[in-house]
Amino acid sequence: MVKKPRYVDESKCTGCTTCVEYCPVIYPDQFNQEISENKAIHIYFSQAIPLVAYIDESCLFLKEKKCRICEAVCQNKAIDFDQTEEKIEVKVGAIVLSPGLEPFDPMLRQDYGYGKYENVLTSMDFERLLSSTGPYEGEVLRTSDLRPPRKIAWIQCVGSRQVTAGGNSYCSAVCCTYTQKQVILAKDHLGEADCTVFHNDIRSYGKDFERFFERAEQLPNVRFIRSYTSVVREDPETKNITVRYSTFDEGVKEEEFDMVVLSVGLNPPAGSEKLAAKFGIELEAHGFCKTDPRNPIKSSCPGIFVTGAFQGPMDIPESVMTASGASSQCGEFLNYRRGDLAIEKVYPPERDVTKEEPKVGVFVCHCGANIGRVVDVPSAVEYALTLPHVVYAQEQLFSCATNSAQEITDMIKEKGLNRVVVAACTPRTHEPTFRETLREAGINQYYLEMANIREHCSWVHSKEKETATEKAKDLIRMSVARACHLEPLQEFELPVNKAALVLGGGLAGMNCALSIAKQGHVVHLVEKESDLGGIACRLRHTLEGLDVQEYLHELVHEVYRHPLIHLYTDTTITEVDGYVGNFVTKVESKGEISEIEHGVAVIATGAEVSTPDEYLYGKDERVLTHLELEERIAAADEKVTGAQSLVMIQCVGCRNEDRDYCSRVCCNESIKNALKLKEINPEMDIYILFRDMRTYGFNEDYYREAAGNNINFIRYEPEESPTVEPATSDEDGRDVLKVALPDYVLGKRLEIDADIVALAAAVVPTAETKRTAGLFKVTLNPDGFFKEAHVKLRPVDFATDGVFLCGMAHYPKLISETVNQAYGVAGRVLTLLSHDTVTASGSVCEIEEKKCIGCGACISACAYGAIELRKTRRGEKAFINPVLCKGDGLCNSVCPTGAVQLKHYTDEELLSEIDVMIPEAEGTDKISAVV
Amino acid sequence: MAGVSRLQYTTEVRLVRVMCTGRVDMAYIFRAFLNGADGVLIGGCRLGECNYTTHGNYYALNMVLLSKKILAHIGLNPERLRLEFMSGSEGNLFVEVVNDFVGKVKELGPLGKSETASMNDLKPRLGEVSKLVPYIKLETKEKLLARFENVDEHNELFSDDEVEKLLSEVASYYIDPEKCQACMTCARRCPVDAIISAKNQIHVIDQDKCIKCGTCLTACPPRFAAVTKIVGEPVPPPIPEEKRIIVRKRKESK
Repeated sequence: MVKKPRYVDESKCTGCTTCVEYCPVIYPDQFNQEISENKAIHIYFSQAIPLVAYIDESCLFLKEKKCRICEAVCQNKAIDFDQTEEKIEVKVGAIVLSPGLEPFDPMLRQDYGYGKYENVLTSMDFERLLSSTGPYEGEVLRTSDLRPPRKIAWIQCVGSRQVTAGGNSYCSAVCCTYTQKQVILAKDHLGEADCTVFHNDIRSYGKDFERFFERAEQLPNVRFIRSYTSVVREDPETKNITVRYSTFDEGVKEEEFDMVVLSVGLNPPAGSEKLAAKFGIELEAHGFCKTDPRNPIKSSCPGIFVTGAFQGPMDIPESVMTASGASSQCGEFLNYRRGDLAIEKVYPPERDVTKEEPKVGVFVCHCGANIGRVVDVPSAVEYALTLPHVVYAQEQLFSCATNSAQEITDMIKEKGLNRVVVAACTPRTHEPTFRETLREAGINQYYLEMANIREHCSWVHSKEKETATEKAKDLIRMSVARACHLEPLQEFELPVNKAALVLGGGLAGMNCALSIAKQGHVVHLVEKESDLGGIACRLRHTLEGLDVQEYLHELVHEVYRHPLIHLYTDTTITEVDGYVGNFVTKVESKGEISEIEHGVAVIATGAEVSTPDEYLYGKDERVLTHLELEERIAAADEKVTGAQSLVMIQCVGCRNEDRDYCSRVCCNESIKNALKLKEINPEMDIYILFRDMRTYGFNEDYYREAAGNNINFIRYEPEESPTVEPATSDEDGRDVLKVALPDYVLGKRLEIDADIVALAAAVVPTAETKRTAGLFKVTLNPDGFFKEAHVKLRPVDFATDGVFLCGMAHYPKLISETVNQAYGVAGRVLTLLSHDTVTASGSVCEIEEKKCIGCGACISACAYGAIELRKTRRGEKAFINPVLCKGDGLCNSVCPTGAVQLKHYTDEELLSEIDVMIPEAEGTDKISAVV
Repeated sequence: MAGVSRLQYTTEVRLVRVMCTGRVDMAYIFRAFLNGADGVLIGGCRLGECNYTTHGNYYALNMVLLSKKILAHIGLNPERLRLEFMSGSEGNLFVEVVNDFVGKVKELGPLGKSETASMNDLKPRLGEVSKLVPYIKLETKEKLLARFENVDEHNELFSDDEVEKLLSEVASYYIDPEKCQACMTCARRCPVDAIISAKNQIHVIDQDKCIKCGTCLTACPPRFAAVTKIVGEPVPPPIPEEKRIIVRKRKESK
């Protein structure tokens, strides 16, 4: 590997940005899409990790050997112009490629005026405008006149779904929804602004996306217009942009906008070809990584895995799933060496100080010049020494530096300190560092308290030195008061039962079970049917041509053969007890009940196809669901393959009021069936009646193939949905189903004679979903699918620790997506099972039995089910299971008697801060804020 | 994010860190005012964007709405208390809110000024209300945990009349010395040890310590029924210590 020089020593830079202030070179800010400016030395963006500066190619010294001001102002001597490219060699057993994507560059095609007209932006540019760390600090302004736009247009599919030169044939999969997000945020920022989205199909196929689209569409002054669009001209005076578009009702129109945003698509990462050559992997036709259709995380080279958009366009939740999926596959690969490189840290025994009077040490940090030049640090130290229980105080240049931490450790020992207050930066960055310092000094880590005199003081009051110093002293006083009340807390370790229970033996459950088992853990795979396979049993092949039955067959065999997988077929779950690391689940099979002990549980119970009650389904045998059609094609049913005319109707039983979501897979399913039928019987007339074709990603190519293969696509509106009735054909008098609907392109009513009608029936949660959710104490979304802990950040976890989710139980999805997610869960499961214990935080709630009056308020407040009422001799009392407690402390606030206390944030600790907030005999205008 | 982005704001604010807005106890608000704070600002996650799954910010919203009414009831300007929802990345919004709130509080002047009351008048009232917090929490516990889709429904959760009634009809508990059999049951169950008791001594509720939870009322054996709930009337004075000894009849006859 080659590491580029940063010209800043990462181990020394504290991210104080003094150098940035003094740097004379102003350079377009790369992170903010070059809309605003930055300096030659800078931190890439305000949440960058590591939060340290680097010097880019615009530096005067690097260009002309001049300047070196940054070197002079850096108090920690972190600037190092002697750095050169560094070659690093590491020996590894597996490689994960996550190079991401490259936004499509509209400069390549001059048709939208990007780069020529100032107020034509890309969606990436607009994204920065919306951000509070963006070029105008979250204000949406036009670059041309720095005024907020009142009328904005978005143009969809820029660089996507285009076969013309410079465009990409595939659908970029994410643009529809990110545009809707931008519209919602723009309305939030700009209020009355008029927002118009020119789109092709609206592809809101993701979980909860249909509702999101409706939310955007229903905002006032928001229009979604289905039209091809071009940018015509810029007004030289106002710099407004004229857009030309056409609608069926009104023909070609021109309209002027203050700003035009191009919703650019996703290209393969820059340099993907070079990357592929270097690693010896193959790319697919569009330049993304070629992956195994049975396992999209696998590249063509064993041991090299692929995550994120390098697999193909995908959104955040899926990228996150592939990431933990890749970790699981690396785990399978390298399991024999697990833990070899880990070194366990040993701490000195903890000194019991509970009987001692508080002896507080205060360490006030200068943070180079960050705090020091605003807050008078020496006077703060002096002040700290006057506070009750403070026995020692000193200043430090950088408290977080290794030598300073050693100093704190030494002082704890030398002065016998039993509480430490570090007045420095936010606890979010360095609290773990200083807790470590306390442990090394042999006192409980919860005896640390931080006073944030940087983010809450010097950085935000940089011009008011005196009042800032006063505030710093107040904050230190509050911290000292709280420190005196702190209690030692133990982070308890719970043993982990190293077995997993996987509920559901479909593709998701089997893949997940295998990956866990291959890493040495027992898996109990529970399936309610007598055979494995789930809904995949009904699929023959995928759009890409994968033979599903062959794949399934191999998978089932592998599951049967694996010695660590205990299979329970014809089995259902009756009771679940316990918590992360220690579950006990009762299962029933043919009347017999047995108990399974396990450390984690995976819910992979799949989904079902709904039974339509419209379009004569169930009344006329010529009306099928799309899955039945697939089965009949596979069975070479003459009635189907020999049909003269076949009509498919999309969105049956979903995207409506009752089921306000898109079933995601049906457009692909219908195109797959249509192409197969054309292959068997090229003479057949096939019509697909759709609302929006949602062949997202690379499947767009099959949509195009189908359209080019004389398959007719006719769009309908839900208000004027097609009608189906038995009739005789006007042409040849044969018995047909007459399908009628308006054709908006031709502007007249169409009647189609169909021999077979196939309905794209909605994918719905299984009947047992609710019961399962109740047993595992997990929640469902409004559509009845299981609800993950966080849509983007924890897409396969439940809020309940130790329970995970994959496959269609989460939401309808394609096989490749199911496999990605199944491995994703395996990766998450291993983070628990690969350890002997799980550590629970010390900051959890505790109940003092005597004070509890059994009113039950805490129980209603706790969403984790951590509290329960038990009968005692003194009436009903609440009891808490600290393992389930997440430490938000809502129960503490609702408790009328103060019986519940959130440790580390007890009433006593917080009130002690409030009590000393205002110095005695001082005046006015102190406002307390709680964040 | 305000800090990292070096956004400047006014210096009057002192911050107390809690892990969730839902951890902000009603008692803290009154305590801050009692200590002389001129305003209390609570910042929390946006509704529906809870970091936990408990949605403590809805509780905070209800609690603040109720507290504002209580403040008004005791003669404090409710504008001195504010709750604002924002995400961690919205430093600019935080700055805006702080500046605006401090500006507003400065307009109102030091505590007491806009109220045209001296701190000496306000302090006892704040002290009184602080003591009622357990009672208020008990009486309103279902409402405080209510969660609605529409924020307007929260605004209508507590009516002025209701708060008026809540604070004017505070219950007190009293042990009838005639009926008390000094069995210690209530004393053992009292969560705050407010019952002065000993064997063979008539029990007396220390009204200063009592949090009005009513546990003694339910605990007192029905055959004695010595505890009564008193609303709207003063509690009779405790019987003098020397008269508390019970001479058991059974013992007498021996």
